Amino acid sequence: MIATTRIPLRQSRPVWLALMLAVLLLLCALSVAIGTRDVDWPDIIAALQGRIDNISQAAIAARIPRSLLALLAGAALGLSGAVMQGITRNPLADPGILGVNMGAALAVAIGVAWFGIVSAQAYIWVAILGAGLAAVFVYTIGSVGRGGATPLKLALAGTATSVAFSSLVVAVILPRNDIAGGIRLWQVGGVGGATMERMSHVLPFLAVGFVLSLISAKKLNALALGDDMAAGLGERVALARASAALGAILLCGATTAVCGPIGFVGLVVPHLCRLLIGIDHRWLLPFSALIGACLLLASDIIGRIIARPNELEVGIVTAFIGAPFFIWIVRRQRLRDL
Amino acid sequence: MTTLASPLQQVIQRRETRSRRCILRIALLAAGVALLFMLTLMLGQSFTPPMDVLRVLLGQDLPGLSFTVGQLRLPRAVMAVLAGACFGLGGAAFQTMLRNPLASPDIIGINFGASAAAVFAIVVLSLDGPAISVIAVISGLLVAMLIYVLSFRHGIAGTRLILVGIGISAMLKSWISYILSRAAAWDLQEATRWLTGSLNGVQMSQAGPLLLALLVFGGLLICRTRDLETLRLGDDTAAALGTNVAMTRIVVIVTAVGLIAVATAMTGPIAFVAFLSGPIAARIFGQGGSLLIPAALTGAALVLVGDFCGQFLLPSRYPVGVVTGALGAPYLIYLILRANRSGASL
Repeated sequence: MIATTRIPLRQSRPVWLALMLAVLLLLCALSVAIGTRDVDWPDIIAALQGRIDNISQAAIAARIPRSLLALLAGAALGLSGAVMQGITRNPLADPGILGVNMGAALAVAIGVAWFGIVSAQAYIWVAILGAGLAAVFVYTIGSVGRGGATPLKLALAGTATSVAFSSLVVAVILPRNDIAGGIRLWQVGGVGGATMERMSHVLPFLAVGFVLSLISAKKLNALALGDDMAAGLGERVALARASAALGAILLCGATTAVCGPIGFVGLVVPHLCRLLIGIDHRWLLPFSALIGACLLLASDIIGRIIARPNELEVGIVTAFIGAPFFIWIVRRQRLRDL
Repeated sequence: MTTLASPLQQVIQRRETRSRRCILRIALLAAGVALLFMLTLMLGQSFTPPMDVLRVLLGQDLPGLSFTVGQLRLPRAVMAVLAGACFGLGGAAFQTMLRNPLASPDIIGINFGASAAAVFAIVVLSLDGPAISVIAVISGLLVAMLIYVLSFRHGIAGTRLILVGIGISAMLKSWISYILSRAAAWDLQEATRWLTGSLNGVQMSQAGPLLLALLVFGGLLICRTRDLETLRLGDDTAAALGTNVAMTRIVVIVTAVGLIAVATAMTGPIAFVAFLSGPIAARIFGQGGSLLIPAALTGAALVLVGDFCGQFLLPSRYPVGVVTGALGAPYLIYLILRANRSGASL
């Protein structure tokens, strides 16, 4: 049985890779072409060449950084979800469900309200710090005691932490009417306000995160066998976990700083990838980044189409795609695994 | 010469003392709630002597005080008591029925179902008054049904129910944020109200319908106390003891959701009151008897205290949901940690 499934898998991986790359290119093109305003092809081509002569061309010029940000953020979230699921060996791990996004949100709110941070660089540092603290906190609560970190305990610890943090976010920003509206909108999670300048600040963080996450693929394969087995294979378990976690936190913290908390991408994408190309992390991680980018681009396009003439923030679209998926995973799991 | 009491008499006697003690404790708790109610009427930006408060309550017209006490403080306090009782009662009913302290309506997403419908009715359909409550109740029931159906697979399991509820809540929360971000008169106070619950802007005219809901749904629920208690022993035992399990479950779900939804339609989903009231009441009363009435009183006390803290004890004014949310989350974490230590299956 195993042998019969393995061989087609090995052959099918390059096919899937090519197919998903084609889908990604198509989505990028659609993301530039489709929007609240209908733009003719000549204008699109003119705008791509850098001309901003009329409103249509300006609209296209605004869509290019937005599409790039959606691509980067989706790749980062998908990859960080895959790494988190690998580290915790937990099918429900996701930056949103584990409360990591809320940690970043709280840190940013505190930074803006109390310390008056304004620079984009400081935003990102603070968000990553908050994400890291929240991740460690939730994982510690969820994993003490018998049975280790079961999905239910982690999900509950994440929910409790999210509720506490979102109460605290309200508590921090409520007295400050001047910043409250901005933070509230940021909290919905969107890629609409992207500019090349804002993205340039976040690129170094994402780059380090991508590298750290991708080089941990082999270690995650070892960890998947269980801690004892991984140690037996010569892996330094704690170190492997810490470095992979750092990569994941960098990715989702930096993404949250720019886009706000976008949930469920990190949950859905790795599961889809496992269905397509199997459980080998050397394939799974890059594929998660690829499909994450596709998912977020597609969600952003959907958000622009279905609420015309308004736009639906991408964080809302992903919640509506992701939550049913979450429920599906919960239903599929056998009870004693939960 | 003293005769040894027969075992039967001993049992009867013990039962009587227990029920007497229980009634005494309920009376004490009720007195505590009444005291808190008076205190919130007396305290505020300025202190009002108790006699003046009583005079205002009796309908005398005192210059100045009639406004501060009668218009500002009284609606808040009344709504706090009523909404808190609704949340506490509904929460305890769910927790008892599903035999799990985590299966409270605010964790499994029923509060957000009602809240999402209320927001939709107010912002998109521009409704007001009782229509909102009706829509909130219907939507709360639909969400409850959806969660129940989705977590049904070879029987209901508590863990699956809770996880499905977490998923549904996430979806409903982003739906609420979306509608609120599109609303014309969008402001943060309104947003916090529908996401975390607040008593800002409640009116005395809302108290009547809420009281009616509390009496009707709460009364029906309390009539079923005995059947609900037998459900704790497991469905089979309950059936053997003569309880109509399916019927009891339906009545409990409908009434508890009704209580939660009507309260939510007026104050928003005040975070974690439904979740906290039952366990706190169990601490005071012990696990033996029914927790419904104690939980209702505890809920009322929680909302009163939470609102007072949010109004006056903190450096700036916070809605009650922020206070109870910040209180409830550490308790949830404590519950997870304790369940881990005792090795209970969580």
